[in-house]
Amino acid sequence: MSDQIILRVATKIIVPTILLYALYVQFHGDYGPGGGFQAGVIFSAAFILYALVFGLRRTHRVLPTWVVRGCASAGVLLYGGVGLASMVMGGAFLDYGVLAHDPKHGQHYGILLVELGVMITVFGVMVTIFYFFAARGREDL
Amino acid sequence: MRVLGLYNYWIFIFLMMVGFYILISRRNLVKKILGLNIFQTSVFIFYISMGKITGGTAPILVEGAEAVVYSNPLPHVLILTAIVVGVSTTAVALALVVRIKEAYGTIEGDEISAMDNQIPF
Amino acid sequence: MLNHLPILQVIVPLMVAPIAALVRRRGGAWLLAVFATWTSLGIAILLLRQVLDGGTIIYSLGGWAAPWGIEYRVDMVSAYVLVIVAGVGAIVTPYALMSVRREVGVKQAPLLYSALLLCLTGLLGITITGDVFNLFVFLEISSISAYALIAMGPDRRALHAAYKYLIMGSIGATFIVIGIGMLYIMTGTLNMADLAVRLPSVGGRTVSVAFAFLAVGISLKLALFPLHAWLPDAYTYAPSTVTAFLASTATKVAVYMLVRVFFTVFGIAFSFQTMNLDRVLLPLALLAILSASVTAIYQKNVKRLLAYSSVAQVGYMILGISLASVTGLTAGLIHLFNHALMKGALFMAVGAVMYQVGSVRIEAMNGLGRRMPWTMAAFVAAGLSLIGIPLTVGFISKWFLVLAAVEKGMWLVAVAVLVGSLLAIVYVWKVVEAAYFRQYVGSLEVREAPLSLLLPTWVLVLASVYFGVDASLTAGVARMAAEFLMGVAP
Repeated sequence: MSDQIILRVATKIIVPTILLYALYVQFHGDYGPGGGFQAGVIFSAAFILYALVFGLRRTHRVLPTWVVRGCASAGVLLYGGVGLASMVMGGAFLDYGVLAHDPKHGQHYGILLVELGVMITVFGVMVTIFYFFAARGREDL
Repeated sequence: MRVLGLYNYWIFIFLMMVGFYILISRRNLVKKILGLNIFQTSVFIFYISMGKITGGTAPILVEGAEAVVYSNPLPHVLILTAIVVGVSTTAVALALVVRIKEAYGTIEGDEISAMDNQIPF
Repeated sequence: MLNHLPILQVIVPLMVAPIAALVRRRGGAWLLAVFATWTSLGIAILLLRQVLDGGTIIYSLGGWAAPWGIEYRVDMVSAYVLVIVAGVGAIVTPYALMSVRREVGVKQAPLLYSALLLCLTGLLGITITGDVFNLFVFLEISSISAYALIAMGPDRRALHAAYKYLIMGSIGATFIVIGIGMLYIMTGTLNMADLAVRLPSVGGRTVSVAFAFLAVGISLKLALFPLHAWLPDAYTYAPSTVTAFLASTATKVAVYMLVRVFFTVFGIAFSFQTMNLDRVLLPLALLAILSASVTAIYQKNVKRLLAYSSVAQVGYMILGISLASVTGLTAGLIHLFNHALMKGALFMAVGAVMYQVGSVRIEAMNGLGRRMPWTMAAFVAAGLSLIGIPLTVGFISKWFLVLAAVEKGMWLVAVAVLVGSLLAIVYVWKVVEAAYFRQYVGSLEVREAPLSLLLPTWVLVLASVYFGVDASLTAGVARMAAEFLMGVAP
């Protein structure tokens, strides 16, 4: 679709905005509607839009398959790691209060990190699913 | 009037039955997945409508204002989880349908069953 | 560390699974899976010992006490089922190395091990949690990974079998979530112990409808007749390792869910006197035993035969539970353990045959008694246990079931149990006759299966003989669990 000039220019303007919006949704999860899952989906939507307009090969150059698969696993490990860290520091599993010098900041850090883990995994899984479906029947990818 | 005031739950039951009917009556595999999605969406509506408190606003802390009645935030969180579960199930189902189409050449359930029964395993 | 055991039980397989998916090295994912499953078994045994010594263990996640937070509650029943599930996982994973390489391929093996660990996480989580919505989440984790595992079978029919299982399993899970929602509306809590306290005071139609939804949803996951249609195809076309794992764990954990929801959350008085659950479960269980055993006799594929036999065995478990007495519940719980041993051994023996011969039709087993002596001996031993010959675990289960039925004066039920055993003789004999009394007609030079496939099979066979001779441990724990469940009646 990259021969359509309107689509090309519009995508180039929209993709960074979508990425920024995803980060906004991610970090405002505790003050408004939002959180890890929604942010991950919106973040992956930016890459999928890019792939739809500019083609799968260019998207693979930007975001290779190994990065995406690594993201899918890394998010789960981050989430579990936060839980294990709080166990090591003396609390129960996922007890955010012990993560920092006082419980309020601990809760803040804990939730941020956990939501970040969720976002990374959801992003990785969504893009992996898209790559899988889009590359079906094409021998070169 | 009380019965009509519970229109949320009537919508839930209607959608649930529509989704379930599609699921069991259609033989096309993708249509079954659509039916499953409608069925699961009806459950979301059920949970959210049970979380609403009369006169309650959205469950986001309003700075500075005291004595605000909030709706129950717990069903919202439960539904987020259920939506993710629904998305994962749909993704696995669609991946299976893509591979079934490649292996069998069709996505009509009865044709696939007929092909299955031909060769004994 | 020791007081964090409940959460470690779930976290260890959960965090090893994504690492196993990334490993490229040949056999690396398998090693990680063996490490994770054996660690889980160790934790499960430690938990059982802690519960036997000290009573129910409660662990609150995030430091939030119930009912605001999610708590993990390990009592007698949970610890018993945890050991079963973790044990099966630990025995099937070493078996998987060669079987998976042959049936699924080296390229996809890491994904299979990752999905297996996620399935194990889900099953262990269902058993250990004390919160109904957490139960649903873990149920879906185990179910979705099971759909993916079944779809990895070598035949293309595995895909359609996985799809049908997905549709039926999702219907079941959605019914369960509707039931949970209705319970939440009426009581405002999701904690199982709290629900048990609050439910008797809120009566009404909503609770009855929630009961019905939960019953149907859990029966779908349980493969209770007539909701068992997904089971034969799913077990037949899945890879042998996956069949051995799922047949020994997935339906058992669903039986645990049934026991937990109807005995602990709703309470015996509500479930059996007000809602007459026994009048629904008992006839369905009897139908399952008789009709599934008869259907098994007519099958030409050994895996399909064993799958229908599994439906019948689930019928035995539900029969014991529906009698709602201490002996009946003990019978149902003991059969949980024994069936895991027997079916695990049977499916692993059949998997060894698939590995060497390449087919599991009954004709393919002609003459294998001479060429694969150890494999077929394991099959015969586990088959004898299925029939219920004394000195095997099957006899212990049938003994307790007949005892429980006679105790309640239901002579017809006892007769039905014995008829089921007679039918089991017929379908086990079909395979034994083919293996020992016919000539091998294939062209392949068939040798005995490799040691890594034989050893786990024989571990389960020897366990089924050992626990058949000395049933004090299993029967004792099952009886304690049954007394605990019956004693919590409001």
